[in-house]
Amino acid sequence: MSTYGHVFVKNNQYKLKGAFHHLTPNTPIRNADDDWKLLGVTNPRDMTYIHSYGGEAVFFESLSKGKLLATRCDNTGCDSKGTIYIPFRIHCPDCLGKNRAIDLTDVAKKTARIHTFMVCERSGAFNMLDKPIKFINIEFDGVATILMSYLSLGEPAFGMKVVPIFKTSGPTFTILDLSWVPEGTKKEQLPEGFSF
Amino acid sequence: MITFSKQQLKIPQLQRPVYLVTAGQSKFDRAFPDKRTEELCIDAFTMAAHLLDMSPAELKKYIHTCYYGHFADHFGDQLLGESVIHDRLGLDPLGNVGVKTGGATGGSTLWEGLKAVASGYSDCVLVMGWERMDEVPTDEGNFLISCAADKDWEAPLGHIYTGYYAVMAQRYWQIFGKSEDSFRRTLAEISVKHHGYARFNPFAQSPMKITVEDVLKSPVVAYPLRALDCCLMSVGAACTILCDEDTALKLTKNSKNKPLRIWVAAGSHTLRPADRRDMDIPLLPNETADQYKDLGKRFPGGDRYPGFTGFLAARMAAYYGYGMAGIADPMEDLDVIELHDAFTISDVQTYEDIGLRPYGYGRDYVESGDCYHINPHTGKPGKLPSNLSGGLIGCMHSVGATGIMQTFEIATHLWNRWEEFHGDEMLWKKFDRKKPKDWTNLQVVGAKRGMAISHAGVGSHVTSTILMDPDHLIKKDA
Repeated sequence: MSTYGHVFVKNNQYKLKGAFHHLTPNTPIRNADDDWKLLGVTNPRDMTYIHSYGGEAVFFESLSKGKLLATRCDNTGCDSKGTIYIPFRIHCPDCLGKNRAIDLTDVAKKTARIHTFMVCERSGAFNMLDKPIKFINIEFDGVATILMSYLSLGEPAFGMKVVPIFKTSGPTFTILDLSWVPEGTKKEQLPEGFSF
Repeated sequence: MITFSKQQLKIPQLQRPVYLVTAGQSKFDRAFPDKRTEELCIDAFTMAAHLLDMSPAELKKYIHTCYYGHFADHFGDQLLGESVIHDRLGLDPLGNVGVKTGGATGGSTLWEGLKAVASGYSDCVLVMGWERMDEVPTDEGNFLISCAADKDWEAPLGHIYTGYYAVMAQRYWQIFGKSEDSFRRTLAEISVKHHGYARFNPFAQSPMKITVEDVLKSPVVAYPLRALDCCLMSVGAACTILCDEDTALKLTKNSKNKPLRIWVAAGSHTLRPADRRDMDIPLLPNETADQYKDLGKRFPGGDRYPGFTGFLAARMAAYYGYGMAGIADPMEDLDVIELHDAFTISDVQTYEDIGLRPYGYGRDYVESGDCYHINPHTGKPGKLPSNLSGGLIGCMHSVGATGIMQTFEIATHLWNRWEEFHGDEMLWKKFDRKKPKDWTNLQVVGAKRGMAISHAGVGSHVTSTILMDPDHLIKKDA
């Protein structure tokens, strides 16, 4: 039995392999100030969720191939026709028609710049990024929205030009596979597993 | 570009007036190892009954439906927690419903209760909120809170909500604060004020006598936000009773509580700030389009609205709420307010969203001294004191209860009973807290109108709850 749970889909059904939860016994919580009387118990729980990306799956798959996808409303009857969205929106927020996926990689390489940023010294549990985390929000020419991501090298600044990098080796298939570095960064400076 | 239709901008109309007659709350703290959530809810309900000089059993006889605000099931590890509390309060088989809108849960729960009375469905309702945030350590708690961000696009980035606010803080500081140290000090002053007011509130979790330097030296959480810029993680409960006019008169006949008119309005905006599209600034009654024509010139980069510097949801909640209650200028028409100071920066952003100051000039509300109980520059009462409870930074943020705690606080001022509930030696003793020697009565003298702002996510949901003495309405047909 594998330590971790694994899932694949066959005939549109989830097929599960491995352990999806691990048993840990409860332990009592006692009051040290009152003769160690019982106050409660711990409830340990370690479980794995099974999460579908649905219509966004193509976005996360593309990151592992070095591509940044956005979407665009092409509905001629929509007031927002031509609006480009990243984060990837499956449907137009106005007409609710299905958006078209478009490749934004070149636009990102040429026009991405930092809209705002912050440097995070702390994190919540289960954080996978090295601290301090340099959060950046990125604007692109011709795009209506401002993507949140993180800077892997250098110090962020307002208006700073950045380029996307992708975790094409050993991808996690999460948003962490997309990161950014200052324009002009050399290939050999990139973090392990990332490429332009 | 977002635009609104005429139908969407309609000012809501209640079918009949709604009154708040009483409210109550538990002690708030980081943890209650010796109390179950139901015990805290019963503490709040019992207090609400006592304020009407009634027993809990007598008060329960009037209640027709119940509205429960409890945001984070995963914190308390209990689905249908509303049903547990409803049963423990002995209110079965009355209809009840749970409300969840993140940090705005308390305000949204009031919104639901209000509509039930206004529509005639119920003559008297219980609005109760609580949160249990002590069942996990703080870093797991931060993880659970971050689950309120988009789970695929944002939450994996650090699993810390403070970070999602900090990018807004950075943008606001650099554009409207012009990166000035003086602006950073103004933010710190808000923390000093709120922890300081919490010293006079026996319910409050984090009373502190601190200085601006203490805030600026506190550990960085997500630069530029430091530990003392951030709200608390809390456990506690709060409740209120809303009813129609006839029931209000019956319930308050033996009480010092005067029935207060109440209106609640709500707005929303994208969960991910990343999704915000540009739009024109929706105007409040005390603003004109002209005043924002050159905003981008005065504050380069500040013309992208709402961008990362404004909360559209707060603006819309104010727009609807002011329209319902007839408020033309909140600085002139209101006497006391409680704002959702999740972070010092969001407090400043909200001053602008709800029209206390024009966009770009929020800091002036603090720097002028208007926000204080006593203006430190003049020694006279502040023009519109805010967060005399201590707010989320000094008093509590037990999420489902927060908007209701704020409303309780406003009501105590309008009833002229603030001193009674906050100065009572027995209450300080009961909560095992020490009343400070320099305890100060923060009653806003002559307060007749107030407002509480309840806010979720990075501005995903916001409610405005407006209370008025019925003899001091602005709009007679409201």
